Amino acid sequence: MQSLKGKKPIPGTIVFDGTQAVKGYPLNKMCFSFNKAENRDAFKADEDAYCAKYGLTDEQRDAVKKRDVLALLNLGGNIYYLAKLTGMFGLNMQDIGAQQAGISLKEFKAKLFAAGETKNG
Amino acid sequence: MAKLIGGVGSSHVPAIGNALEQGLQSDPYWKPFFEGYKPVWKWMEDKKPDVAILVYNDHGLNFFLDAMPTFAIGAATEYQNADEGWGLKPLDPFKGNPEFSWYLIDSLVEDEFDITMCQEMLVDHGFTVPMSLMWPKQELRNQVKVIPVCVNVVQYPFPSARRCLKLGEAIGKAVASYEEDLNVVILGTGGLSHQLDGERAGHTNRAFDTEFLDKLKDEPEWLLKYSNYELAEIVGPQGVEMIMWLIMRGALGDNIRELSRNYHIPISNTAAGVILFENEAV
Repeated sequence: MQSLKGKKPIPGTIVFDGTQAVKGYPLNKMCFSFNKAENRDAFKADEDAYCAKYGLTDEQRDAVKKRDVLALLNLGGNIYYLAKLTGMFGLNMQDIGAQQAGISLKEFKAKLFAAGETKNG
Repeated sequence: MAKLIGGVGSSHVPAIGNALEQGLQSDPYWKPFFEGYKPVWKWMEDKKPDVAILVYNDHGLNFFLDAMPTFAIGAATEYQNADEGWGLKPLDPFKGNPEFSWYLIDSLVEDEFDITMCQEMLVDHGFTVPMSLMWPKQELRNQVKVIPVCVNVVQYPFPSARRCLKLGEAIGKAVASYEEDLNVVILGTGGLSHQLDGERAGHTNRAFDTEFLDKLKDEPEWLLKYSNYELAEIVGPQGVEMIMWLIMRGALGDNIRELSRNYHIPISNTAAGVILFENEAV
């Protein structure tokens, strides 16, 4: 299995390597299915049944229930696939960016603007 | 003979697609970004390229993690866009040039690049956003035939920056030896610095991006001293997409001039960049 094990971790960053991809396979596969509207409808109709169909682990199902993006990433989710999940709850990339950074959306946006204004942002 | 007349490096963030759809070009948030595309629009309208080779990555529309090609090239007569799950309205299909695609694939495999060949290929925002950015009007977009070149920058291991630069050189060689008289433009998309995942989400790096843009024309090898993992730390895991700009740069060869450039933070969670190079022989 290709992995980045042994590399110095990057603070605040989860790199999507082979280890993560294996761990998150059922979760990401479920999220991939959300490209289709009928699958999004099926998920919304019965989240538990839909997660069970894809064989998510209990931890992954719990993190889906809580819409906890950091937990989902740690459990092998890939951000592009998770965006298809969180999109159903009306959360875009900035909403989930703020959620992960542990700040409000307003603060998150302000942080980005600040980076635009400094020389070394 | 076919001729590579120029190249563009550009961001491909989905939010840009929404802004174009809603006509927000003059909105205060978007203006500093779209202003940077004016020279590109003019250049495209003047030069009217026949073919666009568009280097991008798929974000989970066409390719899933069951089989992830490092380099995949489209060889279809038409490429469909589709629902990505979170609301971007799909665009009209794009016309391909399968004969040219197959020539390119043959030439690249001959040059020892192992290409995944795709006769059917959905193209996602990584492809459609640059298309609408280069040619905002549908009628202009319809005049350009496309060759999608999809690069894995989603699941490690990614191809190295060096491999990308070399792939670009091989693409340049293939285009120059194609017999039909076609004007070709190459687009390297993605980046610049950004981070979507983890507690550090929202990370950008103006200093590094600026140096990257400064070196791209005369010293593209500068980026090769960094591994993709090192780049993830410096520019964010998704900022690594900038290695796809090296494919564009490699294809152009050394006789180029820089015609315009723009850099702006923030566009959504990213630092957005655009750069336009022209072949000096044009």
